[in-house]
Amino acid sequence: MSLPKFSYLAPDTLEEACRLLAAHQGKIKIKAGGTDLLVRMSARAFKPDYVLALGKVAGLDHITFDPRTGLRLGAMAKLADVVDHPAVREHYPMLARAAKATATVQIRNMGTVMGNICNASPSADNIPTLMVREASVIALAATGEREIPLAEFFLGPGKTALQPTEIATEIRVPVPEAGSGVSYQKISPRSKVDIAAVNVAAFLLLDGERRCRQARLCLGAVGPTPLRAPRTEDFLVGKELRPEVLEEAGELAAGEATPISDVRASKEYRRLMVAILTKRALVEAHNQALHH
Amino acid sequence: MKTVITLNINGDRYEVAVNPWRTLNEVLREDLKLTGTKLGCGTGDCGACTVLVDGKSVSSCLTLAIELEGREITTIEGLAPNSEELHPIQESFINKGAIQCGYCTPGMIMSTAHLLKQNPRPTEAEIRAGLSGNLCRCTGYNKIVDAIKDAAEKMSSSSD
Repeated sequence: MSLPKFSYLAPDTLEEACRLLAAHQGKIKIKAGGTDLLVRMSARAFKPDYVLALGKVAGLDHITFDPRTGLRLGAMAKLADVVDHPAVREHYPMLARAAKATATVQIRNMGTVMGNICNASPSADNIPTLMVREASVIALAATGEREIPLAEFFLGPGKTALQPTEIATEIRVPVPEAGSGVSYQKISPRSKVDIAAVNVAAFLLLDGERRCRQARLCLGAVGPTPLRAPRTEDFLVGKELRPEVLEEAGELAAGEATPISDVRASKEYRRLMVAILTKRALVEAHNQALHH
Repeated sequence: MKTVITLNINGDRYEVAVNPWRTLNEVLREDLKLTGTKLGCGTGDCGACTVLVDGKSVSSCLTLAIELEGREITTIEGLAPNSEELHPIQESFINKGAIQCGYCTPGMIMSTAHLLKQNPRPTEAEIRAGLSGNLCRCTGYNKIVDAIKDAAEKMSSSSD
């Protein structure tokens, strides 16, 4: 199970990292925590000539919160540090929950939220909550940087909107609006450690009458990418979260999912669980919104 | 191309020439003959290769040795305070019969060291969550949980 041979590049600056990335396009992989990359390399799924490690670039592991601009997570911010960060726990408790639901203690001490996003697995724990919070990714190249909304970031399993010359440097999450709430729900065959069979995040913004002013859902592991559920979201707007509304939202979301059967679950089970997790997520997001 | 690096392991400094694709697990076991750290799955799932880097548990099979210059590495060989006595966690594992074949034990003990440093008095649920990244195929989990409770009690009462 040893790793294939590669040249190791560990630049001190992002400028140098971008230059190296552009110079070795197609033959290079970016390494943050390495917990997915090295597994795939040892399985020979990837055999890059170069590994570009970001660990020596100063100031990439930041986790900062500003009440005007929101949360910023550097590309090297570790899952364990996100779980424990006071501002994340206070303002974005579901981001902390999702980070804590990722893999094992050891992997959380090594792996990053950005790595989980850039691997673009449809079942990634950290994508749904960030998606419903309308987070974005900063992509840097030698020619400049751009901000990519997470809603446009995932193109397919393992495929993102990042160009081969771009490095994802930061995740930006807007300030939570007053009267809004989020929930993250996950089902996997084992209670801990395992990859999600289905996961769902919900965001609700309530008006003064407790009706849904905005609703956003993200369904994970039931399509080629984490999916938004626009028909369910539209259905929820203007409604109070009564039991019959909840029931119908669950059914609608199940209809928007496009699951397949695999080793973790059958497509029928996944569709049923989308309905259940959507209901659970909406109830919890509603409760969070009432207390925010 | 090999790079000469200095690794700080269990308080000792080792100068080793490593290729960049060598994992910490390979360098520990093959180059330095510190074979207390095991290799199980090689994919970060089983926890048998767990060591501490700067006090935090990591999978040595997914860690490149070349990235550990200047970091403090602790393996199972470095946990005991001296060559005469064992660490309280090791004693508890023995006294509670938490070892069957022993292959998972070094990883279990290193994960316990990390857990008790973060959370000196964990509940049973917290123990089970904290050790969920370590697999025992002899299915000795209950005795392992007993051993960790025992170690937590001893260690927190001795530091009170």
